[in-house]
Amino acid sequence: MSDLAWIEAALIAARPQAIGALLRYFRNLDAAEEAFQNACLRALKSWPGNGPPRDPAAWLILVGRNSGIDEMRRRGRLTELPDEATLSDTGDAEAALADRLDGEHYRDDILRLLFICCHPDLPPAQQIALALRIVSGLTVAQIARAFLVGDSAMEQRITRAKARIAKAGIPFGAPDAVERAERLAAVAAMIYLVFNEGYSAGGETAAMRAPLCDEAIRLARLLLRMFPAEPEIMGLTALLLLQAARAAARYDADGGVILLEDQDRTRWDQGMIREGLALIDKAMRHRAPGPYQVQAAIAALHARATRPEETDWAQIDLLYATLERLQPSPVVTLNRAVATAKLRGAAAALDMIEPLAPALAGYFHFHGVKGGLLLQLGRNEEARIAFNQAIALAGSAREAAHIRLHLDRITEGSKTVIKRSEI
Amino acid sequence: MLYAILCYNSEDLVASWSKEEEAQVMAQLGAVQEKLAQAGRLGPVARLLPTTAATTLRKTKGEPLVLDGPFAETKEQLLGFYVVDCASLEEAVATAKELLQANAGVGGYEIRPLLLFKPGQLGAEQAA
Repeated sequence: MSDLAWIEAALIAARPQAIGALLRYFRNLDAAEEAFQNACLRALKSWPGNGPPRDPAAWLILVGRNSGIDEMRRRGRLTELPDEATLSDTGDAEAALADRLDGEHYRDDILRLLFICCHPDLPPAQQIALALRIVSGLTVAQIARAFLVGDSAMEQRITRAKARIAKAGIPFGAPDAVERAERLAAVAAMIYLVFNEGYSAGGETAAMRAPLCDEAIRLARLLLRMFPAEPEIMGLTALLLLQAARAAARYDADGGVILLEDQDRTRWDQGMIREGLALIDKAMRHRAPGPYQVQAAIAALHARATRPEETDWAQIDLLYATLERLQPSPVVTLNRAVATAKLRGAAAALDMIEPLAPALAGYFHFHGVKGGLLLQLGRNEEARIAFNQAIALAGSAREAAHIRLHLDRITEGSKTVIKRSEI
Repeated sequence: MLYAILCYNSEDLVASWSKEEEAQVMAQLGAVQEKLAQAGRLGPVARLLPTTAATTLRKTKGEPLVLDGPFAETKEQLLGFYVVDCASLEEAVATAKELLQANAGVGGYEIRPLLLFKPGQLGAEQAA
């Protein structure tokens, strides 16, 4: 790997820690970003000649902090700085600084940085954009491409989000245990949002949005490094890895959806599966189940089956039952019905989803699943109605095309029947 | 004489590599491994999963402590390692406990699942 590639990777890796610490010093997101930017420029000049520093994040924090102080001096606002911010030399101070910034401090810095991105006042789209910009360091253009919007629209979205955060105030006090747990849950939810934004993208946009999945996994791993004993964070990381492992097998060459059962399992990423399985195994030892762990455990059962016939549907059904208890929702019950159908037949599954009709009347997948079950029971006319409802609710042409395949099969099926009766 | 060569790097940094960069580094390392293999000098090669997947058993006076994460103490040194086939982390923990009970005192055992394992070609001959 070239010097430049190495430095770029180091800057990306150090970013959350460095910006988090700079935010603590300057108490202003723009100032922290600017200081980090300046430190990166200095690194690009200094590291190729002098070699990489022992602790890149500490180096960047120190240099960024000094550059921020210089900037404030220039603007004549020195009085606003905290007293301790008087370090001026970057040479020998690095080791001392690294010692002072203990793990606990870093942890709260990074958590705070992630947490301000999931402020409840911000709509999900803004939370994600902000996290990708500030924490992951993606450029506005990169984020705009992933969201399929123009650069200026994305720039505006991020500016608006920052303004809201500045208005709401950033919580700088060290969080107590309860606050920390709440922040952790909010951040986990935001990371899952980032992932789904990338993962639920349709065929033609999947490639453009894939970086969102990579970033979400990176953020989840980062969070887990800071909170290594949190089973739900293990579960979240496992869930993302096990789902992302299937990415290469999810769409055909034309961008059409390939269902789990029909995927070429040799194209699943075994490295991600191995890491996901190791993490869920580790989480379960805590015997403190939560929604991410249960979903990861379901994904793990799919990952363990080298052929669809080997899938342990009984266990999946049980896990969905647990999920229904932990996080009751009609969508969870709908997912459970798919496992129930495999286990006890389509009629049992249909009984299970009938009561969901009022809640899920406007949900594409509800009508798709219902149509599929009716089809299995030979109730073709009712299936056709359900599939047509699904098509009307489809979010993309791909989704609609997928359902149309079923409709075509019904039509072909009835033709065959006619032919037979003719003979 | 057999030598173990232990690999150290920044986990954050390695996780920041793109797929292409990762493939490039692995190919370069593969070339070195290939040379060693052809000379009949290569033993097992393993790549570990990240430390987030680690579980540590720490020796205490009583029951060993089972902790999430890597072995973090700096007062002890790495003295050896095993590669064991286990059906689950549960079994790996039980195995590490057996080792620990056979060897009480200070220190501990860090359990790290493997991402990649190449058994290599060294045998009893070289070990003798």
